[in-house]
Amino acid sequence: MTALTLYEKLWNSHLVHEERDGTALIYIDRHLVHEVTSPQAFEGLALAGRKPWRIGSVVATADHNVPTKGLDKGIADDVSRLQVETLDRNVERFAVPVYFPMRDARQGIVHVIGPEQGATLPGMTVVCGDSHTSTHGAFAALAFGIGTSEVEHVLATQCLLAKKAKTLRIRVEGALPAGVGAKDVVLAVIGRIGTAGGTGHSIEFAGSAIRALSMEGRMTVCNMAIEAGARSGLVAVDEKTIAYLQGRPFSPRGEMFDRAAAYWRTLVSDEGARFDREVTLDAAALKPQVTWGTSPEMVVSIEDRVPDPAAEKDPVRREAMERALEYMGLQPRMPMTDVAIDKVFIGSCTNSRIEDLRAAAAVVKGRRVAGSVKLAMVVPGSGLVKRQAEQEGLDRIFLASGFEWREPGCSMCLGMNDDRLSPGERCASTSNRNFEGRQGAGGRTHLVSPTMAAAAALAGRFVDVRRLG
Amino acid sequence: MEKFTLHAGLVAPLDRENVDTDAIIPKQFLKSIHRTGFGPNLFDAWRYLDPGEPGQDPAARKPNPDFVLNQPRYQGATILIARKNFGCGSSREHAPWALQQYGFRAIIAPSYADIFFNNCFKNGLLPIVLPDFHLDHLFQEVAAHSGYRLAIDLPAQTVTTPSGQVMRFDVEPFRKECLVNGWDDIGLTLRREDAIRAYEERRRAAEPWIFS
Ligand code: SF4
Repeated sequence: MTALTLYEKLWNSHLVHEERDGTALIYIDRHLVHEVTSPQAFEGLALAGRKPWRIGSVVATADHNVPTKGLDKGIADDVSRLQVETLDRNVERFAVPVYFPMRDARQGIVHVIGPEQGATLPGMTVVCGDSHTSTHGAFAALAFGIGTSEVEHVLATQCLLAKKAKTLRIRVEGALPAGVGAKDVVLAVIGRIGTAGGTGHSIEFAGSAIRALSMEGRMTVCNMAIEAGARSGLVAVDEKTIAYLQGRPFSPRGEMFDRAAAYWRTLVSDEGARFDREVTLDAAALKPQVTWGTSPEMVVSIEDRVPDPAAEKDPVRREAMERALEYMGLQPRMPMTDVAIDKVFIGSCTNSRIEDLRAAAAVVKGRRVAGSVKLAMVVPGSGLVKRQAEQEGLDRIFLASGFEWREPGCSMCLGMNDDRLSPGERCASTSNRNFEGRQGAGGRTHLVSPTMAAAAALAGRFVDVRRLG
Repeated sequence: MEKFTLHAGLVAPLDRENVDTDAIIPKQFLKSIHRTGFGPNLFDAWRYLDPGEPGQDPAARKPNPDFVLNQPRYQGATILIARKNFGCGSSREHAPWALQQYGFRAIIAPSYADIFFNNCFKNGLLPIVLPDFHLDHLFQEVAAHSGYRLAIDLPAQTVTTPSGQVMRFDVEPFRKECLVNGWDDIGLTLRREDAIRAYEERRRAAEPWIFS
């Protein structure tokens, strides 16, 4: 028998039909839906007089537009409110069976609630009109973001037209040093292979450092596979995967769980399977990462300085660096630890799970946010994460330090609600994109881990969390 | 879907790499529940000096004279040339909608982000891949000649310059066929209804928990 990669196993098990040129029809098991990319798809379905193929595959929530405070007042912005209400209406009209609307205790960021509910299972294909669907690959599910036309296509046919991706295995071997976590791993990977490094590929994250990560950490890594250009990221099933899924609301139960788990254990790349490309990183050499520019690949370690465009030979790249430094208001060669911040955002589908909040709380416990910081906020990824954190007393630790403790949602990851940066404001953010204007027009985003964001809040500038003592 | 076969048009240059979909259409415009009306907000933060919000009258905005698409010589452009990894970031299909509603029919770049590339084909917008040396040449030519036009022939898979230079490009046969004929993907897939049902039966037997 030929040795197969995990990606090939998932691909083969979902193949419905294949055209001569390799374009395939693949079956979709789970369809996650949120308010931003679904209205036109539901409308298209209705206009064509089509019915959803298997509406039971849909799990819906409102996350991008929801406010993170004053929920009782509803959404003040008319356009945002209409979008959320449109989802409410579509859920009703098309009889979507699972919906976590605003104010539901289980509502949250779509990529946090899928796994939390056990709606994401190993061996599934999972899609959502959202590029960070790659997150769910942490469960050995083939999970990727799609456009709105494809959302409509999945609603109508339960299938997607797709082309088999190439495979890239990224091995992170060795033990991560203290103070270095999943976010640093994935930022370092992007720094190494670039934002287009994974284009056309599915990335499997492997190696002892990945195995040692919790499910939360693996989700953080897979979440940002898309920032490396790969539509999907994967981690093989192991006992941690199976333990995480036990007892979740949508997980199979009893004997069925055992039967499922037996199958899930086969969802690993076979010994000797061939990948189109391989990259290896030494975990022990990794340091806390900070982005300095307007693309996630513009990243250095906290011990480094802002790079100097003058040292870059490629003229297109040099110009991009100059433009980024101008936008970010930074000088070449300044130490990253000299960069002062205005705001801190701990949240987003990258880093808003319980483990992230615990790690950040451990850093800020008994300390105060620097007086120069205008706003430091924690936005849990879901209502359940929020409740768990409150049970553990994390909210009180954050509040006592001067952080705000908010309601779940996407929040300042992209600022479709009221949480955003003002022009020129600089933010230490645990989110995934530092594009121009991402967190608010003219806002300046530096991507970091939750502990690095917490440390920056205390110091009012970037500092090495390992030296905080 | 609008068909794409032959197209000749004015070329506009966007000499940047990693142009992300947040730049193509900023998030405040994603609040729309409609599929149209995005053209005036294409590249909003680069294109205007005043902050863009949904519902503004485009005529009352302050265009940024330094932004390339605002230069008089590129008015009416239908072909955009750009650098590598065009369309990276968010999956928002609003990005190809905005490009198309602005008036673009084709983009030429050395590479694209996967989701964006896919989304273009669903909307009759042709993303052409040409190697860097061709793009270097095109950027020079566009800068040197006002009114620079290109002719695209999708069935023949060629881009032809005013001097008659022919550049060939690759496109997957299935995507090409759909675009040339303006076929609706959903209609095509539904012709495979029996295969989908048979597949579901097999899966239901093997992994019943997926369907519960
Ligand atoms: S948290 Fe940010 S990246 Fe994640 S789904 Fe929401 S907007 Fe997208």
